[in-house]
Amino acid sequence: MRIVIIGNGISGITAAKTLRQLSDHEIIVISDESELFFSRTALMYVFMGHMRVQDIVPHPKSFYEQHNIKLHFGRVNTVQFEHKQVEFNDNHTLAYDKLIIATGSKPTMYGWPGSHLDGVHNLYHLQDLENIERHAETCKHAVIVGGGLIGIELAEMLHSRAIQVTMLVRESGYWNNVLPAEESEILNKHISEQGIDLQLQTELKEIWGDKEKVKMILTSNGAKINTQLVGITTGVQPNISFLDFTSIEKNRGLLTNSFLETSIPDVYAIGDCAELRNPTKGRKAVEPVWYTGRMMGELVAHNILGAQKAYDPGIWFNSAKFFDIEYQVYGFVPNQEMPGIKHIFWKHPSKNKSIRLVYEEKTGTILGFNLLGIRYRQEVCEKWIAEETSIETVLQNLSLANFDPEFFKSYEKHLVHIYNEQSGAKLKLQSNGRLSQVLTFLKHS
Amino acid sequence: MNEINPSLSLTESSKRPLNTLQNIGLLIGFSGIAIITFSLFSLYQNYSEILLYSSLGAISLGVILYTIGTYIGKTPGIKNDYNWLSGLTNRGTTAWIAGIFITTFYVLLYWYPQLLGLGVNGQSNSGLIGFFDPLSQLLKGPEKFASEWFVYGTLYTLAILVFGIKFIAKYKHNRYQVIRTISVMFFQLGFAFIIPAILEAMSLPYNDFKNVWPLNYYFFDTWNINGYLNAGNIGLFMLIFGVAMILLVTPILTYFFGKRWYCSWVCGCGGLAETAGDPFRHLSDKSVKAWKIERWSIHLVLVLAFIMTIAVIYNYRAQEVRYLVTTESFLIGFTILMLSLAGITFYNRDKWINKHNRIAFIIGACLLGLVFLCIGLSYFTFGSNDLFFIQTYKIQQFYGFFIGAAFSGVVGVGFYPIMGSRVWCRFGCPMAGLLGLQQKFFSRFRITTNGSQCISCGNCSTYCEMGIDVRAYAEKGQDIVRASCVGCGICSAVCPRGVLKLENGPMIDQRASEKRAFFIAEDEIKML
Repeated sequence: MRIVIIGNGISGITAAKTLRQLSDHEIIVISDESELFFSRTALMYVFMGHMRVQDIVPHPKSFYEQHNIKLHFGRVNTVQFEHKQVEFNDNHTLAYDKLIIATGSKPTMYGWPGSHLDGVHNLYHLQDLENIERHAETCKHAVIVGGGLIGIELAEMLHSRAIQVTMLVRESGYWNNVLPAEESEILNKHISEQGIDLQLQTELKEIWGDKEKVKMILTSNGAKINTQLVGITTGVQPNISFLDFTSIEKNRGLLTNSFLETSIPDVYAIGDCAELRNPTKGRKAVEPVWYTGRMMGELVAHNILGAQKAYDPGIWFNSAKFFDIEYQVYGFVPNQEMPGIKHIFWKHPSKNKSIRLVYEEKTGTILGFNLLGIRYRQEVCEKWIAEETSIETVLQNLSLANFDPEFFKSYEKHLVHIYNEQSGAKLKLQSNGRLSQVLTFLKHS
Repeated sequence: MNEINPSLSLTESSKRPLNTLQNIGLLIGFSGIAIITFSLFSLYQNYSEILLYSSLGAISLGVILYTIGTYIGKTPGIKNDYNWLSGLTNRGTTAWIAGIFITTFYVLLYWYPQLLGLGVNGQSNSGLIGFFDPLSQLLKGPEKFASEWFVYGTLYTLAILVFGIKFIAKYKHNRYQVIRTISVMFFQLGFAFIIPAILEAMSLPYNDFKNVWPLNYYFFDTWNINGYLNAGNIGLFMLIFGVAMILLVTPILTYFFGKRWYCSWVCGCGGLAETAGDPFRHLSDKSVKAWKIERWSIHLVLVLAFIMTIAVIYNYRAQEVRYLVTTESFLIGFTILMLSLAGITFYNRDKWINKHNRIAFIIGACLLGLVFLCIGLSYFTFGSNDLFFIQTYKIQQFYGFFIGAAFSGVVGVGFYPIMGSRVWCRFGCPMAGLLGLQQKFFSRFRITTNGSQCISCGNCSTYCEMGIDVRAYAEKGQDIVRASCVGCGICSAVCPRGVLKLENGPMIDQRASEKRAFFIAEDEIKML
């Protein structure tokens, strides 16, 4: 059986590796971005000089040869589903028995006047990095549009080259459409203390150029900013336009059932480009996240080989880094007050560190963890949430979750203290967080 | 674009921008180095002493100013910008110049100290070594002039101290790094520099208490043992302390904490690598090929160190029987030791070989064979100084030249800017080899990974000075148990997603969890 995978990102490559682990089928992975799979999330580190391009490539070419995963460099024009073959832009075709579409996302552009100008960039593809590199040389000032995770990465990159950066953010606080106000405020401050000009509740209106080069932008407040580089990081959308004139069912992404099958037999869609018809409760139909892409990659391999397992992304988790502040989230953390949901929030008086526990008021069940500048163990948090543990049990054993390096100060006692003040309880920390205790906890249900 | 272009043509186009304070720091620091370099020509006459202290002061001040210029006013965090974009840290021209400069200095120091001004045949020192006489006299007494090793030790200690300060400033947000660096600075200054100077001032034998056999390959040398034995109670204490370090302290600490307690908390070689060598840590070779070479070379040096030590002890016994054992008990003792080693290896053969540990098995067997050969031969050459038909001093000479000087010194430090900071520790150090075997099989230390949070970015692998592909484990959610890991903790520090943690826990076969992701193995090699 020949399995063709379009896209060599985390989803596609995970699918290929899992398929190879489980079977001897012919596997062909197609990409036109780079021959080898690379970590997209690490592009910023290449620009900043922390790593070289080859350092963000997890597997050398020999790995694919050794495991007989064929890599095909080329651009897919369309898929002839009725003939079960992939058509390339040089008109040659490749037949498949099973097809996995893992083409990821593309940046969303909102059609601002001047978007075509030289100096307007996205940060998504390897090629974007080369383009930004080319402009960074002469750039004195850059404007970044969009207050999400990619925007702040681009800000950090350009800032590292001593380029003045202005960030236009539509919301009233950085990423506060996801983060609660307190965390967003810590980040607003941190971004500003880096020397970034953070303009909240501001949007891009127009980009003006001179001789096809970016020269100035106009914001929604009517302000004009001289700039040589505009970074558009206003989100991504499924990269599926190559299938526009085919019969496959799509909405924003390629519609899939919970087995990741599309409307066409033997064709699967995974990762950013897939849109679940029936996402699990509390989850989005399209989730452009590294981790879900990896899970889908593993699952689709099992399903192609006959497992028929439904996609279950488990308990939500994510992580990011905002300049020097690490962020981790486990479970449900709403960005604003909700009836019946209570929070315990602690913030370090001087450092950029905070811990938030979210629980249900009526039952006391733990729902989520939100962390800035502090690391928590995913497996411990997950287990507490999955087992609907009570907030009081969690608090008393909170040290089990701490994953900060040795000798770091731990702040779990402050959360216990805050809870005691809020509720009149007299809880005390019981665990010390040693690995042996953690392992005992994880092994016993 | 068809292939990933490894250079992206970045390297030539951009350079690390330096601010005023950094430039002033560089200027002052290099003027200190220049003063020391020009002392070679013995021009300073009466100003010599003041110039010596000014030059050492200028180097310290230079590094400190540079540090302030680099890190002051920046929010605490990982500061690796420009590492692959500037010549000194990406094997550019500056790196090669620095490498050649240090290497030349080492070659002169080890083999041609008279060119640096060491007085031979009762002559007084001149040049660079004479330049350091005042400091030596100040520390050890008026009659104690500098030697090439004093010059070396002074500069080495100074480098660990000033670059230690720089390292602490860089990782001020990370208490593990801060405490660890204070520890290596303390052990270098106290144990490798001040205590030996005091001992010499008191006319006691030279002793660096933290320098443990087999890194300290001359520990069992006749002159060293005799030095201890002739120095009364203090000497006896040194001898017992040295043996206790080998047989008790080292195995116990390595069991509880892994080899890091030594390699990145105490050891002088590690101390220099972690401080002065820090800007070069990403240059270590991460390829599977380098890993293969590493395992052969480090274990061969370990075997060589064993053989040399056996030869030396045998030689000592042959010369004079004093405190130590007789011929018979020496031979019987070694036979028993080797047979028990063989027994342990044989007993564990399934476990170890199943883990692809053939190389360890082969090395063990070779070691055993050689020792039995030695014992057999020694009966026939009874009473002579010969072992393996070679005079023992030649084995020592060979080891001292190729391993002690050429490998650990010239390649180990001189090649920092080209091959990274831990070349010696990774490929050559017999102590690291021995501790590594214990870390792999009998220790509570491991690096744990945090569930599925890895994004395969590669910072951990890139900044691993020992060339471990940390990412290959982290992205599968596996614990990392590798013989070579010195536990510096930088992988954990640079991880942008909080995935890695150095931990001591129950024995290493009790993993934190099953693999979270069921990815296929990277390669066939899964040992050590």
